[in-house]
Amino acid sequence: MPRETTGQARAGRIVEVQDLSVRFVTRDADISVVQDVSFTLDAGEVLCLLGESGSGKSVTMRSLLGLLPPTARVGGRVMVSGHEVTRMTERQLESVRGPVAAMVFQEPMTAFDPVFTIGTQIAETIVSHEGISYRVARARVLELLELVQIPSAARRLDAYPHELSGGLRQRAMIALALSCSPALLLADEPTTALDATVQIQILLLLRQLQRDLGMATIFVTHDIGVACEIADRVAIMYAGRFVETGPIDTLISHPAHPYTIGLLSSTVHESSRGRPLAPIQGGPPDLADLPGGCGFAPRCVARTALCDQVRPTLIPFSTTRAAACHHPALETAPA
Amino acid sequence: MNMVDARDRGGPRQPLLTVEGLRKYFPLRNALGTVSAHVQAVDDISFTVAKGETLGVVGESGCGKSTTARLLMHLIERDAGSLLLDGDPVGSGGVSVRDLRRQVQMVFQDSYASLNPRHTAVAEIAFGLRVIGHRRAEAEAQARQTLRLVGLDPDQFAGRYPHEMSGGQRQRVNIARGLALNPRLLILDEAVSALDKSVQAQVLNLIEELKQRLNLTYLFISHDLNVVHYVSDRVLVMYLGKIVEIGPVDEIWRNAAHPYTRALFSSRLSMNPADRVVAPPLTGDPPSPVNPPSGCRFRTRCALAEPICAAVEPSLLAAGADAAHAAACHAVQAGSGHSLAGGMTHAA
Repeated sequence: MPRETTGQARAGRIVEVQDLSVRFVTRDADISVVQDVSFTLDAGEVLCLLGESGSGKSVTMRSLLGLLPPTARVGGRVMVSGHEVTRMTERQLESVRGPVAAMVFQEPMTAFDPVFTIGTQIAETIVSHEGISYRVARARVLELLELVQIPSAARRLDAYPHELSGGLRQRAMIALALSCSPALLLADEPTTALDATVQIQILLLLRQLQRDLGMATIFVTHDIGVACEIADRVAIMYAGRFVETGPIDTLISHPAHPYTIGLLSSTVHESSRGRPLAPIQGGPPDLADLPGGCGFAPRCVARTALCDQVRPTLIPFSTTRAAACHHPALETAPA
Repeated sequence: MNMVDARDRGGPRQPLLTVEGLRKYFPLRNALGTVSAHVQAVDDISFTVAKGETLGVVGESGCGKSTTARLLMHLIERDAGSLLLDGDPVGSGGVSVRDLRRQVQMVFQDSYASLNPRHTAVAEIAFGLRVIGHRRAEAEAQARQTLRLVGLDPDQFAGRYPHEMSGGQRQRVNIARGLALNPRLLILDEAVSALDKSVQAQVLNLIEELKQRLNLTYLFISHDLNVVHYVSDRVLVMYLGKIVEIGPVDEIWRNAAHPYTRALFSSRLSMNPADRVVAPPLTGDPPSPVNPPSGCRFRTRCALAEPICAAVEPSLLAAGADAAHAAACHAVQAGSGHSLAGGMTHAA
């Protein structure tokens, strides 16, 4: 429901996205990358946007911070903590980025400026948002580095990004994101570039911080394993749309959308050995040339004529679950 | 296809590839151009690859798994060590590098960067055949067959350039290029790691199918333990340039002996929201391979570390009941001086 009220969010509700659509328009192309995406997120909740490359998961997340390139045309409404992000100017967005919502990127080496120390870059953010002195800010940075469990934090304040290992850089990146106490934390594949033994450390750190600080969190990932470790709810994306949403536990145990089912059976896990995998047939969709009906129809095992004619919308089939499919596997899903 | 390989000399029991004491240090130069230190990328490793098996290689970044692959292909020169291909030494009087590369081919992680952007699929696959002297028409006909072998319709894909294909299709072309010269050993270096899950499963099935059809031997390098478990017969675990454990895949999965291997296993994501990982098995990142720790290189992150681990480098010795299973850890080697090892000749 549209609420054109005070600009202050209802208690607990941090994100409200309604009919978000994003097109990238250039001189010779007009490509829809996100369509009809709607969701809400409350304080303390973790939502995972799960999908393969080109599914629109990162673009959906970036539109919450207005972090899209100039070629992007955004439709619909995105409310973050009472701010209507889709209507804000670049200048107004600056006041949102940091205190309202902050982002952890996949590659901390490119997200940090290589010529300044970690301490300086985090302090700079605090100084510019809160107008406190650099001295005071520096003390806060030390606390933040300790919060993200960087060993000998005082020494790392004066370290340059290249002097830190991948895991420490990602911790510093998280400290930077937390520096202005955001209500919403956005994380774009924050552990994908890390080694397995480091990835689990960072995931557990994020899970703990998210709980302790009560932040709403959106996690973009292509890895079902990551979602299983961190998500409360999941939205599966395919070809720019939400195809299935629900709590992580029932969605994994009883997937309803054929794409979700296919994704799970494509994923190699511990008991896969000795059996051929059952991958989804065909290749990823061409966003410039999507079929008129269901975007997944060309690869779908449950495809009928209806799927080619009518695009399915995201319809709830239980109090917590919804799927955009004419033939969802409901018999296996709990009510 | 070739049940009796004419190139097979030593019979099925002779390893296809024997690696002895392989070492590669990369020099680091300071601003004046003098060598100030070395990255000990691969340090004195020995292993064999049996005919027809898939040897999985796992380890984190910087452990030397890709350097090993490149050394085997002679893409970089080794500092020390020897390489035997079906019993014959590679280099200096034995198998020439050119012959080696006809028998050993490699598929890389980045499907786009490893294809020439100016070559169509068929030109890319035919390139090697042209180099070894086939006529163009002959090479291209064979390349089209190879395309079909990897599941791409030549009528549709032969003329496509890399940018006109998806990641999965490009990786199939890379595999086809690797197979064009009819190699005996294919090195797959993170070959499915960059692919989306749905496509990764297709390519994994293809890799399995090709192995059966063409009697191939694989060296399968990956950081993904589940994928390695799925494809491998034996597994080799590397840490900071050393082999820490090697053995049959089921044996390692059931009875991992090295603390690092066990930590890798407990770092795996649960795939079960009701049973999440509660504590990370290791803290911190792997140390730099420039100045690796003395003795056992894993000791700085190891919960079992004792003074012996800093003093003496553990060697790769039999661990457990299976003779093919070996680990480099004082804690499991009787008589090593580690308090957990005991003094008996063999731990029960």
